[in-house]
Amino acid sequence: MTAGSLAPQSLLKRLLPQPRWFVIGAPYLWMFLFFFIPFAIVFVISFMKPAVAMPPVEFEYDLAGNIELLTKNYTRLFDLDDLLYINAYLGSLKMAAVSTILALMIGYPVAYAIARAPGAVRQVLLMLVILPSWTSLLIRIYAWIGLLKNNGFINNFLMWLGLTDSPIQMMQTDFAVYIGIVYAYLPFMVLPIYTNLVKHDPTLLEAAADLGANRFTAFWKITVPLSMNGIIAGCMLVFIPAVGEFVIPEILGGPDQLMIGKVLWQEFFNNRDWPVASAVAITMLLVLILPITIFQRIQNKELEDSQ
Amino acid sequence: MNANKNSIASWTWLAFAFAFLYVPMALLIIYSFNESRLVTVWSGFSTKWYGELFKDRHMLAAAIMSLKLAFVTATTAVIIGTMAAVVMTRMGRFRGKTFFSALITAPLVMPEVITGLSLLLLFVSLEQAFGWPDGRGFTTLWIAHTTFSAAFTTVVVSSRLREMDQSIEEAAQDLGAPPWKVFFVITLPIIAPALVSGWLLAFTLSLDDLVISSFVSGPGSTTLPMVVFSSVRLGVSPKINALASIIILIVTIAITIAGVLMYKLEKKREREMEQAVAEGQHQVK
Repeated sequence: MTAGSLAPQSLLKRLLPQPRWFVIGAPYLWMFLFFFIPFAIVFVISFMKPAVAMPPVEFEYDLAGNIELLTKNYTRLFDLDDLLYINAYLGSLKMAAVSTILALMIGYPVAYAIARAPGAVRQVLLMLVILPSWTSLLIRIYAWIGLLKNNGFINNFLMWLGLTDSPIQMMQTDFAVYIGIVYAYLPFMVLPIYTNLVKHDPTLLEAAADLGANRFTAFWKITVPLSMNGIIAGCMLVFIPAVGEFVIPEILGGPDQLMIGKVLWQEFFNNRDWPVASAVAITMLLVLILPITIFQRIQNKELEDSQ
Repeated sequence: MNANKNSIASWTWLAFAFAFLYVPMALLIIYSFNESRLVTVWSGFSTKWYGELFKDRHMLAAAIMSLKLAFVTATTAVIIGTMAAVVMTRMGRFRGKTFFSALITAPLVMPEVITGLSLLLLFVSLEQAFGWPDGRGFTTLWIAHTTFSAAFTTVVVSSRLREMDQSIEEAAQDLGAPPWKVFFVITLPIIAPALVSGWLLAFTLSLDDLVISSFVSGPGSTTLPMVVFSSVRLGVSPKINALASIIILIVTIAITIAGVLMYKLEKKREREMEQAVAEGQHQVK
């Protein structure tokens, strides 16, 4: 295809639908229709009134002079008399942040160890890390109930050992939720870090050693900064979904573990208040916009680096 | 990164991490054979819970539903994901590529409650405006599952497309093959393992999805995770342990087979390439 050729034949050819358009268009259309548009709808509905009907939203809307009504759902979220929503947001951010840090502390050494293992062993180890996440998450979280209950495996074991007289309360605590989130998302932390570490040039570390650095210094001054992309990607892959987690705090946590995912679920299913649920979702999205953008940036950088 | 070998400390940490990952699953399986209903007090070996599981019609119906759904979802997700991956890695720059890239990768991190809620509201609005979809059911579940799975299949396939040696594609183009032929005859066989693992990934994601399914399912289209969830809420039961063990067993077998198969196929392809190169060199001489 020579550029600038305006002969009638090639002009026609360029105007006709090309396979290229279809390949770009089909996924674009699908994601636009089924991922982007829904968010626009959530946004619109978050301003509406709930109704006792099916669907439980009043679709006829009287905009005239109803500014207060317009933002009623949002002002409810930030009502200083009822801190439920604010606490839920802050609680979720805290839970997600702590879990992310724990996952990083556990996952980085794992990724490091796998990256340094001999070639064939690496594949097997990686497979072993990923394998659990292919089995049902719901079921694996359920497994932790049996471990963390007051008459569960861990408590029975500790009491049998004589280390404690009465069971330690682990279910329905922050601790249980941390374990659940780390357990569920650990492979998501390990994988990006591993992918990054495995590309490191080993001669860099040799050069550092030649220049007199010990392994500790070399690690912190060379390996860690080089793996920063992987670290950030891993952290975002854990933090962002963890903020909106529902299953783990619902099953392992209790009424004290107020997370925004649970709140949204309850508003939607228990209270049948779709507009407020929508407002909760939009606010959650706004809170997450920054980490999501960071994640997209890293993804694009990786894409460009490798081309 | 083979500069240094792992220290004992490294291997120990790895061992603990694997114990952390696998011990809960092992206990789950062990206690599925427990005689007693109390899931954590061992009282004898029994397979009765497996029997009870297979008598539970509600659960079996949900299992079949989930399997069908996962199958269809995985296939659609791989098709869309491969197209998206080709767009991301082979089509250079075009207007709107950043937006496209954001659209395709956002579901990777989006909390499921948000995706679920938004999809349900979409379906309800569409129904209000156009009359379709007529209530929620298999179709809405399929659309929802495909949407979030496609993000994952895109990542899997595009990473393979980026890794592979593009000079083969370029050679084919130089020899006059049109782009679609290059893709189907040259590229596709090379990225086939990624398509398979993408398919398997989408399959498991769909099979296991709870939150999004809860939002977009309708009466008569209950999925297995939804049934398990309501059962778990009522209390712990060894029947769930039995179900869990079966799932773990099937997934392990499937992944092992897939892994071995792909390894063998890859080796075969490498051998064939070496042969082709050797023959070419021989002819030149």
